[in-house]
Amino acid sequence: MAIITYREALNQALREEMLRDDRVFLMGEEVAVYQGAYKVSKGLLQEFGEMRVVDTPITELGFAGVGVGAAMVGLRPIIEFMTWNFALLALDQVVNAAAKMLYMTNGQFPMPMVFRGPNGAALQLGAQHSQAWESWLAHIPGLKVVTPGTPYDAKGLLKAAIRDDNPVCFLEGEMLYNTKGEVPDEEYVIPLGKAEVKREGDHVSLITHGKMVLVALQAADQLAKEGIRCEVVDLRTIRPMDVDAITASVRKTNRAVVVEEGWEVCGVGAQVVDYVQRHCFDYLDAPVLRVHQADAPMPYAKNIEKAAKPDVPKTIAAVKQVLYIDA
Amino acid sequence: MSTTKPPRRRVSASADAASAEQDKAPAAQTPEERKSLHMQLLHSMLLQRRFEERTAEMYAIGRIGGFCHLYIGQEAVSTGFTSLLRDDDYVITTYRDHGQALARGMTPRAIMAELFGRVDGCVGGKGGSMHLFDKSLGFLGGHGIVGGHIPIAAGVGFAIKYRGGDQVIVCFMGEAAVNNGAFHEALNMASLWKLPCLFVIENNRYGMGTAVERASAINDIYKRGASYDMPRDVVDGQDVFAVRAAAATAIARARTESIPTLLEIRTYRFMGHSMSDAVSGTYRTKEELEKYLKRDPVVLLRTQMEENGDLSNAEWTAMDDEIKATVQDAIDFAENSPEPALEALLEDVLVDTTSD
Repeated sequence: MAIITYREALNQALREEMLRDDRVFLMGEEVAVYQGAYKVSKGLLQEFGEMRVVDTPITELGFAGVGVGAAMVGLRPIIEFMTWNFALLALDQVVNAAAKMLYMTNGQFPMPMVFRGPNGAALQLGAQHSQAWESWLAHIPGLKVVTPGTPYDAKGLLKAAIRDDNPVCFLEGEMLYNTKGEVPDEEYVIPLGKAEVKREGDHVSLITHGKMVLVALQAADQLAKEGIRCEVVDLRTIRPMDVDAITASVRKTNRAVVVEEGWEVCGVGAQVVDYVQRHCFDYLDAPVLRVHQADAPMPYAKNIEKAAKPDVPKTIAAVKQVLYIDA
Repeated sequence: MSTTKPPRRRVSASADAASAEQDKAPAAQTPEERKSLHMQLLHSMLLQRRFEERTAEMYAIGRIGGFCHLYIGQEAVSTGFTSLLRDDDYVITTYRDHGQALARGMTPRAIMAELFGRVDGCVGGKGGSMHLFDKSLGFLGGHGIVGGHIPIAAGVGFAIKYRGGDQVIVCFMGEAAVNNGAFHEALNMASLWKLPCLFVIENNRYGMGTAVERASAINDIYKRGASYDMPRDVVDGQDVFAVRAAAATAIARARTESIPTLLEIRTYRFMGHSMSDAVSGTYRTKEELEKYLKRDPVVLLRTQMEENGDLSNAEWTAMDDEIKATVQDAIDFAENSPEPALEALLEDVLVDTTSD
């Protein structure tokens, strides 16, 4: 088992799937000659050539549509957005074309394609570059939405996403690219739609995904020192959401905190809380709390940016609150 | 429900780029060949006309719902292009799609049943007027967002090139789409990457109620092709032979050189934008409409054929009667086709398959 970065794990997944299936190609801004804005596609141009690793103009709506057209006639495009913030320009293709094509055509045209790129806030990038989009995308029937939090998950889930015959929005963490973790040498694929318990516990369920998995695990570590045993449930896939995993954990712990990068209103956590109240109503010992970004665009200044973001101290405070422990 | 399906009728069987050239040089054809081709073209255009006349009627009595955009007046464009395509080529268009679907060979039954929202429609009643699709015909829709399908066409062109094929894709759009960012993004990539695409602007003069002069800074909109160093031309869209000549050149360029073309086809829609607006009186005058009605593409072709001695009164009547019966058959078929099962509501949201 090798220890590699999240970035390398994604690169391995892309390479392995392009070797496996010559219908798979990668298209986006700076993916080829520049080797990827975040170096995720490093070496792929040299290995696969310019027909399969395609630099585009800065034209998100256009190349997302090129992906849709190519998928309609049997290719398996991977469309890279330099960040999901820029994908807003392409949402007509993601939502009106890719997500609806199978349905509108009564099953004639599946959309075996992946839209991928970094999501969420990094450091001091300001309001337009610091947003988490998974709740927007997860609202749409016809899409799958995947948010890996570790190198192991990044590789296994990206391979599954590329093999899936549905359009998959794959949201990576900009701040995760350099994180390291164990990744097996042998091939593996992680099924979409399955959560994973990243840490077992019986006092509180911390339900989370993406970059916040690391925050939840750190909070759980610190709380363990105080004798509080948190169970960390990593959703991994936001749509379809693994309701069974959420239910099983909350029925065990009777308390839950949902941690996400995005804003509160109509966020992923709102959906989790809905599942919890429906399936765990008689099991709850406290209201479910949520940790999320402050209800404001992301500011630049270091101190208020930090104040805006969900983090370990906010998560610990929420856990103590559902346990009715004075902080 | 009737069980016998009428045969699919296509113009393209014997027609190719060479025959379009022959349109201009009848001496290169035998009179029989010319007559046969012209009869096919007339049949294709008249079928669209009669189908949509009855569509308007069915809409008025509530058999058809939602948005419904008629193509009447523009039939020479769809027939002109599709009559030169191979079976393995692709067509993609907007929500004003009945004409192209018929011209490409979709059956009147499959379209009418779709308009009625019935299970035997081309997409099982899930699409309606704006979303006609048929994979077996390379008919890729039927798209409802102005401009949204133009990058998709570029993607089909990309896939053709990726596989080393020699097919082409014809992408129809209205003139109002050229002011949309998707148009420019797609044309830039198609020219940059040399994709085998025909971008066909059906300039019917109005984007809903907004005249082209009120929406586009350039009135000769084919000139926009210059921005992308793309071959371009402007064509009389009421003359099916002019359309075919321009189409033949562009198809050959795409097929043999993988170079895209922008064509502005000047035409006119004789009906309102959709079923909900007056044909004239608000954004265009009755006088203007009447001026354009004098250049009805079906009448122009019929007259030319009569003058050439290729169409007798009896032949015209026989064709018209046969087409009217076909359309009536499509209406009867649609009436008798069941509504989709309730289970269909949640089917085809996702597929269960992977490439494993």
